[in-house]
Amino acid sequence: MTHPADPALLRALAIATEKALLEAEIRLPTDVLAALRRAAAAERNEVARQEFALILENIALAGERQVPICQDTGVPVVYLTLPPDVPFTPDLFAGIREGVRRATTAIPLRPNVVDPLTRENTGDNTGAGMPAVHVVFGDRLTVTVLPKGAGSENASRIGMLLPSQAADIPRFVAETMLIAGGKPCPPVFLGVGIGGTFDGAAALAKEALLLPVDTMDDYEQEICDAVNALGIGPMGLGGETTALAVKVKRRDCHTASLPVAVNVQCWACRRATVEVER
Amino acid sequence: MNLTTPLGDEVLDLRAGDRVTLTGTIYTARDEAHLRMMEEGIPFDPVGAAVYHCGPVVRDGRLVVAGPTTSARMNALTGFLIDAGVRALIGKGGMGPEVVEQLRGRAVYLAFTGGCAALAAARMSLSGVYFEDLGMAEAVWIIEADHLPLTVGIDARGGDLFSAVREKAKTQFHQRFNIR
Repeated sequence: MTHPADPALLRALAIATEKALLEAEIRLPTDVLAALRRAAAAERNEVARQEFALILENIALAGERQVPICQDTGVPVVYLTLPPDVPFTPDLFAGIREGVRRATTAIPLRPNVVDPLTRENTGDNTGAGMPAVHVVFGDRLTVTVLPKGAGSENASRIGMLLPSQAADIPRFVAETMLIAGGKPCPPVFLGVGIGGTFDGAAALAKEALLLPVDTMDDYEQEICDAVNALGIGPMGLGGETTALAVKVKRRDCHTASLPVAVNVQCWACRRATVEVER
Repeated sequence: MNLTTPLGDEVLDLRAGDRVTLTGTIYTARDEAHLRMMEEGIPFDPVGAAVYHCGPVVRDGRLVVAGPTTSARMNALTGFLIDAGVRALIGKGGMGPEVVEQLRGRAVYLAFTGGCAALAAARMSLSGVYFEDLGMAEAVWIIEADHLPLTVGIDARGGDLFSAVREKAKTQFHQRFNIR
């Protein structure tokens, strides 16, 4: 039998979710800022330099005015870390939903969640399957939010490659940006999920966006260089910086499969983690 | 160069890649607003107007943030606006070849930096709304802009910065991965 979660815990979860969204929407994480500043300093294309200048000015203004960085405040994607002493019960989701509702009014967020076919807006950024909540197990009770805008999400892609095509993965990722061009608000961060199942690869690609973006291993750097060779540049107006970083996560898969997913993230890689006070 | 609405023939002299600022009244419109205008007519005077692809965050009659949305979603919905006299489209990401042709000799596409929503709001004030029933993101908001910093993405002579960049990217991609 399941026990309903403690109402005080649900309240604390709502507060933590609201706080995480407030932080994520207004201030970019330090690793994201570092990646942006480094690329801005290195960029030599004149139009691209101007785009970087506006992006950096915008980030500063959002902080000063305490307003969201972008008007597409995204749909809430939430990663809930559960320690062993908190029972995993469905009503934990109620606390998170309440936090999303409060954040929508308090920050405020643009109501973005609609019925997929009638396009009717729910008005508070919650709905069937929204917020998207992923549960992971850990030592502390924390809420991590990754508000995801549509411009970059729409440019994301999954491919069921053949096991013999492992060497083609960098090409698949670069091709994703070739197709996307300026639409996902480059310079982008690319989360790449390799392996797992069809659905698992996509989830993995999104999780890769939670990794620190101020470092890359050789494989990630190789893919990043291939993307930047395209010259798409900030906003698709041309330049040396198309991807700020590529982050890869791997999982084992079927011997006959090679799922590869690319989750495209605009330069505003918004994320924040808040510990739930109990 | 600073452009002021209502716009006239001065937009015809702009070249893809030019940097301009824009001051005056602009009207937001996304997918739903375009569909509504095609059905019921354009609620504002379209002659010399600037249409902004944007779904802002609005609270208590004030703009909180108001950056551009992806313009390509409106590729198939734009012709009637240019026919009616709209002189500038503002958005991000560029538009399709059909729009480049529609703009020829008549209007321009101005690129505004995606995600720069706080910066946009700092240079804008809200003065009214049409089609509010479409909701915050999809309504037509009337905005007074003050020196909005823009890049000419598509000019009135068929010059398209985005397609030039895309073509180069295609060549690079084929070279790097040895695709014939």
